Amino acid sequence: MDYEAVIGLETHVQLKTRSKMWCGCPNQYGAPPNTHVCPVCLALPGVLPVANEEALRLTLRTGLLLQCEIPARAKFDRKNYFYPDAPKNYQLTQYDQPSTRNGHVEFEFNGTLSRVRITRAHLEEDVGKSTHFERHSGVDFNRAGVPLLEIVTEPDLTSADQTHAYLNALKEILQYGGISDCDMEKGMVRCDVNVSVRPCGTQALGAKIEIKNMNSFSGVRRALEYEIPRQIAAVRRGEKLVQSTRRWDDVAGVTEEMRSKENAHDYRYLPEPDLMPFEPAQDWLDNERASLMELPLARKQRLMREYQLPAGDAEVLKNNRALGDYYEPIARLSKNPKLLANWIINNLQARLVEIMEKEKTEQASLGLEPDEMKFTGLADLKFKPSDLLDLVEMVARGALSSASGQTVLAEMVASGKAPSAIVQSMGLAQVSDAGAIETLCDQAIAQNPNPVADYKAGKEAALNALKGQVMKLSRGKANPAMVGEILQRKLRG
Amino acid sequence: MVSANIDVAYVAQLARIHLQPDEKQKLESQLAQILEYVEKLGALDVSGMEPTAHAVPLVNIARPDDLQPSLAHEDALRNAPRQAGGLFIVPKIVE
Ligand SMILES: [Zn+2]
Repeated sequence: MDYEAVIGLETHVQLKTRSKMWCGCPNQYGAPPNTHVCPVCLALPGVLPVANEEALRLTLRTGLLLQCEIPARAKFDRKNYFYPDAPKNYQLTQYDQPSTRNGHVEFEFNGTLSRVRITRAHLEEDVGKSTHFERHSGVDFNRAGVPLLEIVTEPDLTSADQTHAYLNALKEILQYGGISDCDMEKGMVRCDVNVSVRPCGTQALGAKIEIKNMNSFSGVRRALEYEIPRQIAAVRRGEKLVQSTRRWDDVAGVTEEMRSKENAHDYRYLPEPDLMPFEPAQDWLDNERASLMELPLARKQRLMREYQLPAGDAEVLKNNRALGDYYEPIARLSKNPKLLANWIINNLQARLVEIMEKEKTEQASLGLEPDEMKFTGLADLKFKPSDLLDLVEMVARGALSSASGQTVLAEMVASGKAPSAIVQSMGLAQVSDAGAIETLCDQAIAQNPNPVADYKAGKEAALNALKGQVMKLSRGKANPAMVGEILQRKLRG
Repeated sequence: MVSANIDVAYVAQLARIHLQPDEKQKLESQLAQILEYVEKLGALDVSGMEPTAHAVPLVNIARPDDLQPSLAHEDALRNAPRQAGGLFIVPKIVE
C-alpha cells in the first residue's frame, strides 16, 4: 500500500518594530544579555502592558497579504505555563479571537500553482532566550516581549519540498510587505511542523507528530525527509503511531521523541484583563488595503505578461525586489523591455557586486565593519535609471555594439556621465555605414587569401575568421551583422 | 454536584502548589462553595447578550511604537537570586 504525508506548519515570525510589544524597550537583536529589559518585560510586580500599535498594524497587514478575514474584534489571552524564559508565567497570545483568520498563500511548486490555506495569523509575544550549562541554565530577557506573529496553516502540504517552497513564499511575502526581516540567522523565523501519514486516497488523518523549534527552512526539509519515511515504515510494520512531540537533531540527521510531561498542554487560557479588545475601524482597514503592495507571485506573472519576460528573468526581478523596482519604471518606457531586463540582471548586477566587493576589501583593509559600507546598492549608483535605458536602446538599434555597451556601462558606473556623452568622447559609436564597412571587408579579403579559399571550398566556419579581421580593422566598431552580410555577398558573388 | 467536577490535586499541580492532605480536603470544600456561588449566574437568562471578556466599554488602547529607556543592566539583575555573564541563573531546565 502507498502512503502519503499530511503536513501543517506553525510559523513564528518576529515583527519589524522599533520597540517591543508591551513596553518601549528596543526590539533589537544582538545586544549584551539583559540590557533591553524593563519592569514590564521582566514582569516585575505592578506593571501593565500597553499594546504597540505598529505591531497590531503589521499583524492586520499580514492578514490582508495572506487573503485572511479580519474579524471585527480581537483580544488577548494568558497562556499559562511555567518555564523560566516566560517571566510572567504566562504568554500573552490571541487564543479564541485572533486578529486574522481563514486566508491562503499561493506559490509555484513543480511548475504548478500550490495553494495552502491559512487557519490564522495571530499576535503574541516572544519569550526570553535560555542557555543551558552543565548544572544550571541562564536566561536573557532581551527577546522577551518582542512582537511575534504565529502563522498557522491547514494540513495542506504533502511533501518536504513543497513545505520548503511554502516557507520561502511566505518569507518573501513578509519581506515584501515590510512585516519582518525574516533573518533566520537572528532567529526571526522559527517553525513547528505537524506531520502524519495515511494510506493514499484516504481522508482520515493519522496520529499527528509535531517536530518543534525548527530554525531553518533547510532543516525543516531535511527533518521531513527523515520523518515521513520513518512514519511510513512504522505503519507498514504494523506499529500504531501516537500523537507526540519530536525534536530534530541537525547533526545526527534524525528526529527523536521528546519526553513530554502529562498535563503539559493544559494552558488554562483566560482573557487578559489588562488589555482591552481591538476593533479595527473599517476606513482604517480600507486605507491599509489600498496601500498594499503587489504580492511577489502576482508581480512575476505580470512581468511575464506585460513585458514578455522569460520566467527565469521575471523570477530574478521578483526575488530581488530592489532590482525589480529599478526595472519597472524604465521598462514602461522601453521599446526593448526584454533586452533591458537582460542588461539589468546580467551586466548591471555584475557591476553592483563588483563595487560592493571592492568597497568591502577597502573597508577591511581599513579595519572597518562591513556594516559601515557607503555603497549599499542601486540607490547609490551615480547614473540615473533613464541613462541605462538610453544605453540599452542604443545597443538595441545597433548604434552601439554589445561589447562597447559594456565599456560604456563601466564608465557610467565610474563617472556617472550620460551614455551618449561617453560614446562620443570614447569614439565607440558603431559603424553601420555600408560604404565604410565594404571598404574594410575588401581590405580583409585581400589580406587573408587562405580563409577566403576555405570559405569558397565550402567551409562555412572560415567566414568567422574573416569577420574577426573586419572587426579588428574597425577596432570593434563595425556592426557585426552588417559585416557578415557584406562578406557573404562579396565572397559568393 | 460541583465539587465532583473539581480535581484540587490537578489544579494545584498546574499552579505548582504543594498541598498537604488536610489542606487538599479543606480547599476542596471551599472551592466547591465558591463554585456553587458562581453557579447562581447560570440561572440568569443571557440569551440576548453578547459574550465579552471585558465589562469596560473601551477598545483599541495602544501606544505609538516609540522607544523608552530600559533599566540599567545592574538594576535589571539586582533581584536575581543568581547571575553570571549578565544572565539570570536558574535551576537547570530539562526539556
Ligand atoms: Zn521592556
